[in-house]
Amino acid sequence: MILKISHLTKYRFEEPVHYALQQLRLLPKSGVGQNVVYWDVTVTGGERELEFDDQFGNHVMLVAIDPGKTDISILCEGEVDTTTLHGVIGPNKGFAPLWLFLRSTPLTIPGSRVAKLIKELGTDHETDVTRLHALSRLIGEVVPYQTGETHSETTAEEALIAAAGVCQDHAHIFVAAVRQMGFPARYVSGYLMMNDRVEQDATHAWAEAYLPDLGWVGFDVSNGISPDDRYIRVATGLDYQDASPISGLRLGSGGEHMDVTLQVQQ
Amino acid sequence: MQKTQTVFDEMNGEAGNVRYPYEEYQKWLSEEDPARLRRKSTAAEAFFRRTGITFNVYGREEAAERLIPFDVIPRVISGREWARLERGIEQRVRAINAFLHDIYHRQEILRAGRIPRELIANNDAFLPQMIGVSPPGNVYTHIVGTDLVRTGENEFYVLEDNARTPSGVSYMLENRETMLQMFPELFSQVKVRSVSDYPKHLRRSLGDCAPPACSGKPVVAVLTPGIHNSAYFEHSFLADQMGAELVEGHDLRVVDGRIAMRTTQGYDPIDVVYRRVDDDFLDPLNFNPESQLGGAGSMDVYRAGGITIANAPGTGIADDKAIYSYIPEIVQFYTGEKAILQNVPTWRCAEADSLAYVLDNLEELVVKEVHGSGGYGMLVGPAASKREIASFRTKLKARPGNYIAQPTLALSTVPILTKKGLAPRHVDLRPFVLVSPRNVKITPGGLTRVALKAGSLVVNSSQGGGTKDTWVLEE
Repeated sequence: MILKISHLTKYRFEEPVHYALQQLRLLPKSGVGQNVVYWDVTVTGGERELEFDDQFGNHVMLVAIDPGKTDISILCEGEVDTTTLHGVIGPNKGFAPLWLFLRSTPLTIPGSRVAKLIKELGTDHETDVTRLHALSRLIGEVVPYQTGETHSETTAEEALIAAAGVCQDHAHIFVAAVRQMGFPARYVSGYLMMNDRVEQDATHAWAEAYLPDLGWVGFDVSNGISPDDRYIRVATGLDYQDASPISGLRLGSGGEHMDVTLQVQQ
Repeated sequence: MQKTQTVFDEMNGEAGNVRYPYEEYQKWLSEEDPARLRRKSTAAEAFFRRTGITFNVYGREEAAERLIPFDVIPRVISGREWARLERGIEQRVRAINAFLHDIYHRQEILRAGRIPRELIANNDAFLPQMIGVSPPGNVYTHIVGTDLVRTGENEFYVLEDNARTPSGVSYMLENRETMLQMFPELFSQVKVRSVSDYPKHLRRSLGDCAPPACSGKPVVAVLTPGIHNSAYFEHSFLADQMGAELVEGHDLRVVDGRIAMRTTQGYDPIDVVYRRVDDDFLDPLNFNPESQLGGAGSMDVYRAGGITIANAPGTGIADDKAIYSYIPEIVQFYTGEKAILQNVPTWRCAEADSLAYVLDNLEELVVKEVHGSGGYGMLVGPAASKREIASFRTKLKARPGNYIAQPTLALSTVPILTKKGLAPRHVDLRPFVLVSPRNVKITPGGLTRVALKAGSLVVNSSQGGGTKDTWVLEE
């Protein structure tokens, strides 16, 4: 299926920027299940400094915001041809070894709540895949999708305690639990075309687990399914911090406001 | 402390005859008036203090740190002895660079089961941001300071590989400068290989590692944490000697896809940064966001081929003390040769059998923290009190994986000048190694550290050690 994306991110700073950098992980690559037909990034209010592939193979663009500006906008427009793979991405590629994906991070440290979740899940499942699907469903029940209860620095444990969260929290809980169960797991950020709308609220996030027979398999806890041809993978990592669409550093005072307009359609 | 092993004295040997490398020096010494030697020793200290003060105009606080005692009796190594050390060090450094490339790429050594996966997987010194990075010439450790100890005529051991940012090279240069000032006639009598070219070679070696983005003559800069760092004088000294810029984190910006430094004419791109800032502080965008000591975006520019960082980030995985114990396997794996230089036998306390042995023999062992350095947090069993041993035992049991243990080696001695004449003191040696895509260059000499207290085996300056000039004879 051809998905058309128009993704506009606008920042407004309260004070003119003195010096600021932004790392954009907003460049999907052609690969298993997706072929990038075209992809354009337009930066207004900043300079594109360079591009590189990071340790997870994500294509990254570094942008320096023009000094003195109070606004920067990043517009990504493109078309990606996707196929349904029932979430199966397959073998581990690149140099990041599988054991790396067993490492917990500050956002995904397993605690008593993750342990409780795993206990509740039990071991009475036919296969690893059915077990992980059951885990995905369980997380969806224990932590219903609800915005405003968590933020970008909420940990997996905190989201379990809050008993509410968004796709980022779901993915964090899932990878924390899966790693605790002994499988490599990673966080994925990307786009999802919701069937009932063109205007999406935000970029999406889900998780992938590595299973001996299948390789990497995706699980979208928030929607209770494995990704299909409505999904575009953009970046992966151990957690949100590794894969977040935009991460930056700014010298100077004053707050900032971000506004996202995202259209994903056929 | 009690000594149970015989100690090898590098000047007087075992039978009390002056050893061959010291013959010429001994001839000179025997004709030297002891009172004059003592006067020269005092003059050397004054000379040092003077140079020291010029080094410390920027920060008075460092003056105290800076004045490490200097002893005027040189440590002498024959050309033949040096040649063997050189071969051993080069082999080791090449293996370490091959290991670093492998560990951040295909990890063949783990697949081959030659070192345990957990040792890397559970190691904080493994830096994921380096995965897939191939620096120019695949050089990761541009500057190495291999710590060696000697226990006999032909017995040298590597104590530590110091593959991150070894310091002390300015002492090597200054010690020689002082000796040349104090005893010019001595150097016409004894043919000693020069060390003074080190800054020139450092400059060339770093330049040879320029990144793909470099056009023209490579621009080298030394990145220092600033005047409050205890090695600041060395940073400014090396920058000055190399004709390189000395920069701090706040001087750096990303400009046109490069890391550029502020100059009076604007921002100039840097090709090679000799950073004396730890990995964690190198880049607040990619590592510790609180750091003000590094340049934001350095890792991005590095990965894009816009700058060479020396030493490369993540080299700590090769000089971690737990990895150290596997270096003989690492040398064998990547070079196909047996290691020329030996490791000190090491018990890894993470292993149950080893831990049991170490706990039973604490009185005789040296126990070190896996990530420790500078002689801090270590136990020297033979020199420790019962209470110190008991408290260390508790720490060891609580976190065995944090420690390794080694036998207390009978480090060789070299005489120092004391009020009562010459007296032997234990020494170690840190030669300085430069690695470029063209060659591995080891400056003939290095930093000899000496424990000034009779019988003491701890040579670290932070623990009351001094330094000596190190001579490698021309042969």
